[in-house]
Amino acid sequence: MHAQTMKMETQELSFEKETTFGVSWQKLMMWIFIVGDALLFAGLLAGYGFVRLASPSWPNQSEVFHLELIGVMTFVLISSSATMAAAVGAAQQGKRSQATKFILFTIIGGLIFMGMQAYEWSSLIGEGASLTANPWGVPLFGAAFFAITGFHGSHVLSGLIILAIVAIRNSSGRSTAAGVELAGLYWHFVDLVWVFVFTLFYLI
Amino acid sequence: MTVAHSGEAVHHEPQSFISKYIFSKDHKVIALQYMLTGVVVAVISGLLAMWIRLQLAWPGANYPVLEKLFPDGMGGGVMKPEFYISLVTMHGTLMVFFVISPVLLGAFGNYLIPLQIGARDMAFPFLNMLSYWVFFLATIIMLSSFFLEGGAAAAGWTSYPPLSAVKQAIPGSEMGQTFWLLAMALFIVSFTMGGLNYFATIVNMRAKGMTYMRMPMTVWSLFLATIIGLLSFPPLTAAAILLLFDRHGGTSFYLPAGLFFGNQVLPHQGGTPLLWQHLFWFLGHPEVYVLILPALGIAFDVLAPFIRKPIFGYRIVVYSFFTIGFLGMVVWGHHMFVSGMNPWLGEFFSVGTLLITIPSALIGVSLLASLWGASIRFTTPMLFALGLIAFFGLGGFGGIFLGTATSDIYLHDTYFVVGHFHFMIGGVTLLGMFAGTYYWFPKMFGRMMNETLGKIHFWSTLIPFYCVFLTQHFLGFGGMPRRYYAFNDFQYLDPIRDINVFVTICSFVLGTAQLLFLYNFFVSIIAGAKAERNPWKATTLEWTAPSPPPHGNWGAEEPVVHRWAYEYNVEGASEDFVLQTAPASKAPVTA
Repeated sequence: MHAQTMKMETQELSFEKETTFGVSWQKLMMWIFIVGDALLFAGLLAGYGFVRLASPSWPNQSEVFHLELIGVMTFVLISSSATMAAAVGAAQQGKRSQATKFILFTIIGGLIFMGMQAYEWSSLIGEGASLTANPWGVPLFGAAFFAITGFHGSHVLSGLIILAIVAIRNSSGRSTAAGVELAGLYWHFVDLVWVFVFTLFYLI
Repeated sequence: MTVAHSGEAVHHEPQSFISKYIFSKDHKVIALQYMLTGVVVAVISGLLAMWIRLQLAWPGANYPVLEKLFPDGMGGGVMKPEFYISLVTMHGTLMVFFVISPVLLGAFGNYLIPLQIGARDMAFPFLNMLSYWVFFLATIIMLSSFFLEGGAAAAGWTSYPPLSAVKQAIPGSEMGQTFWLLAMALFIVSFTMGGLNYFATIVNMRAKGMTYMRMPMTVWSLFLATIIGLLSFPPLTAAAILLLFDRHGGTSFYLPAGLFFGNQVLPHQGGTPLLWQHLFWFLGHPEVYVLILPALGIAFDVLAPFIRKPIFGYRIVVYSFFTIGFLGMVVWGHHMFVSGMNPWLGEFFSVGTLLITIPSALIGVSLLASLWGASIRFTTPMLFALGLIAFFGLGGFGGIFLGTATSDIYLHDTYFVVGHFHFMIGGVTLLGMFAGTYYWFPKMFGRMMNETLGKIHFWSTLIPFYCVFLTQHFLGFGGMPRRYYAFNDFQYLDPIRDINVFVTICSFVLGTAQLLFLYNFFVSIIAGAKAERNPWKATTLEWTAPSPPPHGNWGAEEPVVHRWAYEYNVEGASEDFVLQTAPASKAPVTA
């Protein structure tokens, strides 16, 4: 309780001063963090592009992956962004239980995504794919696949942990609408990254 | 609990020793923690440099004492080549990431950002504390790698594969390289946490009236350095993840087919070490601006009170910082001219690099023009700031030769490069750190440093510094390659063997002179003359707080700013300087 009051007071204090972008420092930090994290993925994807361009051949993704499955995964993840937006809206209107409900929907969406990802991984591993070798000829194909989707998956996982904490805090009345919004920003970011991974790795 | 003023509650003075000095959330204590850590690592890293010089002047000499310290690396008292390259690697890594970064950004950034913009603390003090302790952990891991089996990392501070990716390539590529990557990852985490705080604090926590164009130059430079760092470190993280995969997962992102080690063909195929070079230099080049901009900002703030007039070209310098920040992020390829890059691409990187000389020259000229017509007061911090201008000019000239692909192809990986970057991210930053320390010491500890010792320290730093690093430029022209363990077998280098002895002796003088600083620093903390609130009669906000400032910095009332940071010799004012907090009724506002 004590810490909570103090936190809210700092937030109010920061609003009194001139704020260039009209947002609290918490949100500002989250945005900058997201920019940095996006650049991390940019580094990974650029590295993947580099090795792919340097490679004389590259496996045909539609033969390797179950693209229908990936399509459904992508759809589920993007839908979870919509439920997250609904959760933020509810929290801003003070509808606490509704916000909790939508956060739970988001978590379920994230879990389904992770489950399908795990299925995809295990079936590829079953076909003989690993970090160092795979049946489709180019060893770096498997390496880049596991590195990039694994790294994205770890982001989804940390997003799920954050959402679980926010859901618990929200249902017990301890989180603010701003807190839900910050978690939402991160979740949308993780979804957006997937769109790039999907496009650059699976489609083209 | 009772809250008297909204927002004051967070600034409860910590009571216990641990919350006050160890796990402190006060930006000033965290700053001093960064500084102390930086000084300790600087001593270690400086000793490494002298050890390197010892080998270069008298290769193959026998030192039984050193064998006791490092029985593996100094087997039989003679330095082994793989140990030499470990020393070079760790000297560079420690100086760049664990001395200059923590002192210029960690210490001065933490100390000065809230005080100079009129805030009570950083936006998120807890994250600030966390940032320091993660950094501390990174430092411990990096230093401990010397005592691992195989010794510390040995692939240079740039960690180029295959040396860094193949474990059997060199002993340092065993666990030493893994520890290096781990420590760097933690360093990046720490930098990110600190950087988020700096950025959010400067954007959101400025005092009333402190518009961007009224901020002191130090804050501007730290602001830009933070942004550049936050944008350039993440790709290095990505690169490091892939390198870890190559090292421990058997992948070949950085390893081409057909590599031979120990009469064995490695199973890797398909990768290219060039990928690492691109990703590394995408950070590596902006990183030098992360380091040098704060030193330049500090130079402006140290100049102002000792020229007693406004600094020259405030806006031009701010715009130059922005220009450098942008251009600095798109010229990383100039480190790779000899990598077989397409000449057209090389031309792009060359032209981009040469464009950077324009904002750099504007900054240098503004520093010089600030001195024009001033009655300069030659205090110790001022001497260091003046030395910094000289280094910046000379180092900058060297940069033109290295930025031009044609001349770089000859000078690449010679001692010309070593001399150049020691003037820039070695010298400019070193003098910036000293200028800042002598200047803000009274604020940090409430006592003055000894001026006489300070001046002796300045001259005994400046002169040997020139002898060491200017000489290395000429060694580079002579074709002496960097990172070589000994030059006995190169006939064409025989005539310059004595010069290496000269450089080594000068570097020992340079290193010994720093003892003067350490003595002055630590004795002055205890026994220096008491400092008043504003000993240099300067204008910026930190001088309106007591020396040292209390927890929460400003007492009951937060400062309100009425003018820019450099109001010296304002017509109609009663004194030759006007504090930023002085209202317009007291003296005319010029900016």
